[in-house]
Amino acid sequence: MNPYIPEIGKPVPRVDASAKATGAEKYAVDHYSDNLVWAGVRRAGVAHGRIRRVDTGAALQLPGVITVLLGRDVPGTNRQGIVHKDQPVLADEKVRHCGDAVALVVAEDRATLKKALSLIRVEIDPLPGVFTVDDALRPNAPLVHEEHPQGNVLLKATIKAGDSQAALEGCDILVEATFHVPIISHAFIETENGVAWKEEDGKVVLVVSTQAPFRDKWEISHALGLPLDRLRIIGPYLGGAFGGKDGATVQCLLVLAALHAGGRRVKMWWDREESFIAGYKRHAVRLHYRLGARSDGTLQALHCRLYYDTGAYAHLGGEVMALGMEHAGGPYRIPHTLIEGWCIYTNNPIAGAMRGFGVAQVSFAFEGMMDLLAGKLGIDPLELRLKNALRRGDRNTSGVTMTQSTGVLDCLSAVQKHPLWQERKTWKKAAGPFRKRGVGIAAVFNAMGYGRGLPDSALAKVELTTEGRIRVYSGVSDMGQGNATAFVQIAGQILCQEHIAIELVQPDTERTLPSGSAAASRTTYTYGNALIKACEELRRRLIGRTALILLSDTLDDLELLPGRVKNLLSGREIPLTALAAMMTPEDRVCISQFIMPVVRDKLDTGKEFVIGFPHLLFSYAAHLVCIEVDELTGAIDVKAYLAATEAGRILNPQAFEQQVQGAIAQGIGYALSEEVLMQEGHIVNPDFATYIIPGSLDIPEMVSLAVETYEPTGPYGMKGVGEVGMNGPLPAIAGALADACGIHMTSSPLTAERVLAALYTSPPP
Amino acid sequence: MGVSPFKGEVRRGMGLYDGLYYFGSIMTLYFTLNGKKTALDVAPDRRAVDVLREDCGLTGTKEGCGAGECGACTILVDGESRLSCLMLAAQLAGRKIMTIEGISNEDHLHPLQDAFIQHGAVQCGFCTPGMILSAAALLNRNPQPTRADIRTELSGNLCRCTGYQKIVDAVEATARREEGKS
Repeated sequence: MNPYIPEIGKPVPRVDASAKATGAEKYAVDHYSDNLVWAGVRRAGVAHGRIRRVDTGAALQLPGVITVLLGRDVPGTNRQGIVHKDQPVLADEKVRHCGDAVALVVAEDRATLKKALSLIRVEIDPLPGVFTVDDALRPNAPLVHEEHPQGNVLLKATIKAGDSQAALEGCDILVEATFHVPIISHAFIETENGVAWKEEDGKVVLVVSTQAPFRDKWEISHALGLPLDRLRIIGPYLGGAFGGKDGATVQCLLVLAALHAGGRRVKMWWDREESFIAGYKRHAVRLHYRLGARSDGTLQALHCRLYYDTGAYAHLGGEVMALGMEHAGGPYRIPHTLIEGWCIYTNNPIAGAMRGFGVAQVSFAFEGMMDLLAGKLGIDPLELRLKNALRRGDRNTSGVTMTQSTGVLDCLSAVQKHPLWQERKTWKKAAGPFRKRGVGIAAVFNAMGYGRGLPDSALAKVELTTEGRIRVYSGVSDMGQGNATAFVQIAGQILCQEHIAIELVQPDTERTLPSGSAAASRTTYTYGNALIKACEELRRRLIGRTALILLSDTLDDLELLPGRVKNLLSGREIPLTALAAMMTPEDRVCISQFIMPVVRDKLDTGKEFVIGFPHLLFSYAAHLVCIEVDELTGAIDVKAYLAATEAGRILNPQAFEQQVQGAIAQGIGYALSEEVLMQEGHIVNPDFATYIIPGSLDIPEMVSLAVETYEPTGPYGMKGVGEVGMNGPLPAIAGALADACGIHMTSSPLTAERVLAALYTSPPP
Repeated sequence: MGVSPFKGEVRRGMGLYDGLYYFGSIMTLYFTLNGKKTALDVAPDRRAVDVLREDCGLTGTKEGCGAGECGACTILVDGESRLSCLMLAAQLAGRKIMTIEGISNEDHLHPLQDAFIQHGAVQCGFCTPGMILSAAALLNRNPQPTRADIRTELSGNLCRCTGYQKIVDAVEATARREEGKS
């Protein structure tokens, strides 16, 4: 490819695409070395119980076993967790879900490791478990964490605006429904893994598939009692994550193993089944909704009660629920709201972050309510949404004034104008025998950033190297979303260098600077804003230093050009290599920090949330789906998909579309097939043969419309687009099913089996 | 795959396996790997994906499920796409094996690789090598596939990032480009 300047707004191909397409890119999992040893974990296999005895004798006697470690061998607190530290690295007294780690084995090779794990005798006295939120909330229910003062309630919170109860009673029309969404799995293709080793000076280096290398360092330090300066975390490109690698997976286990491996490299790589059993999940939620409106469709009042099954440990459960509650009223104006949430410990797998963090769940409910209301009022569902959609200046259902770009109305208008909507009636009539067609829509939104209470900060670092190249040090992981490319575009835009002259360093706690997690649709916004400042400073410096060399008495005539700085008046120029040679190392490096702005409204509710409430910035989308239902089997076939997305300005149209299309595909899986099936805390379907994620035949051709607004606080006017697309498919498909067959399904996924049962039990429309 | 013409030799006795002495068999495998004649001493019951990644250093072959469900470990065996997580090392014997590292040379990317890059078909990239090799097998057999053909052929390769559309675009564009050449 010929050299080009990667600039803002261009469909610049990913900087990492070539290495990935040739197999050259080294993911964490591709790190091997001579003298490598393997570490693995013996899991509890029991959902709730007390550990009576763990007999490691036979395993230790197996030739090739280096060490077997238990909870008592963990130095430090032996507790992990992002907000609440309640998750042991290795279980000490109790196990609280089947995936709890009971013993850690380090062995010479994989075969020995497997054998050793099977030789460990684990004796656990089972305790009665709690596997649903109802079980967990019963009086005298078994306690997942006996020491937790609120019993099995990790967090109970309320968001309130106006007087919902009184307003609901005064409404012309009231709709009520209860929705259920299941546990689902991220199903990234690269499962959790890493490599760690102890260096001669005692420092432990960890190369790991992670979304949060800097937070990992603090977590490991806390759990294992290691000083921060004895840890170095390197976070290469990830083979997918979607929230599931935001938090400790292999990190503490591997560092602990490395402390016992005598300087040899230790590799841990969960297989698919272990990833299902021990990895994080999306929360199952039960959602009770009451929505009241005037007879003309103007929304008046909302009351919801949300029950999040957070599994065995706190992890990000409270924060996921907070974001779900913040979005529970949809992107609409509703003057009176009461949103109550319960985040409940159970003996199920640990629930945490996943794309659309708590929001994908509530989207099903609030959009389902809009469809129910539209049906009851006999109003066109799109008109109902247009009538109530938030505009800039409105107050959202958390009581926050929408001061920033708010484009949901524009998204809905774009869908309304599209032929798929305009010609839907003709299309629906053409369904064949035993087929029904339906068109559904959804209006969704997703907050960006950490929210109030936790600085959403990034520290960008950019360097002119001695080779005259630009090197960007990214402190925030690229798990596949493409932020690395956006960073190169920002550097290219400001520093006017060709793509081959710009290097990017992926996160490394010794080379890059803390920039938060790759999460919350925040990476390009926050790091990008910091990088703009750093690049502008570097540009000023390069021009300023050139002035000294070229004896220019003004900077106005100097311009930074590819590979050189030129005095446009005199025509004299200096190559960047020469300039770099004359600058001191510290003069060649610029560092800048950016902190995301936060909400200024004084709110009376939501005070239970320690961090992460409320949010200032949201991206919006309106989705449309055309489905065909097979009346004989209940199977839903997605025929066409349209997404109109507003995420500020677009820095890279190709990367924007990638995020939209990928999110739709995951959303279709969430809508139609994905469900982690549980039986008394055991996962019944821990593999891709029984847990079905969409394949190439399951996803239709998708149309992505970019509805651009300008977000003044964003880098070049952008907002994050990574998550919002995840929230639309489930409600849109449920709406299309209602449109096709007259059945309003409130439990997902909408499998053929469930749809068929509903078709047979519902009266003909 | 049919019956393999046996081209290996088996040595009985004590061997060195993964740094461990053990009693069993070590096999010298003779096969063509990415165009080069290769001889490799391995235990024949190891999985092909492990031999390729660990012994040959060809980490472009990924593993996503270990059970033949995701396609990340796809390699070409005599030009046909096969899952290396379901193959034993012994099944490599006598075959022409192509991994992602072998389909391009230093000067030129394979047209599919080029198209994947240009069309935005690579996101996290972990499925990409398998996806490209499955697509290559398809184009070998059917140089002018429809979009439906492409979707069918790639249905054994899971991708969690892209929603497949840009992957189909890339394969289609490659087929059109090759058609233009001939």
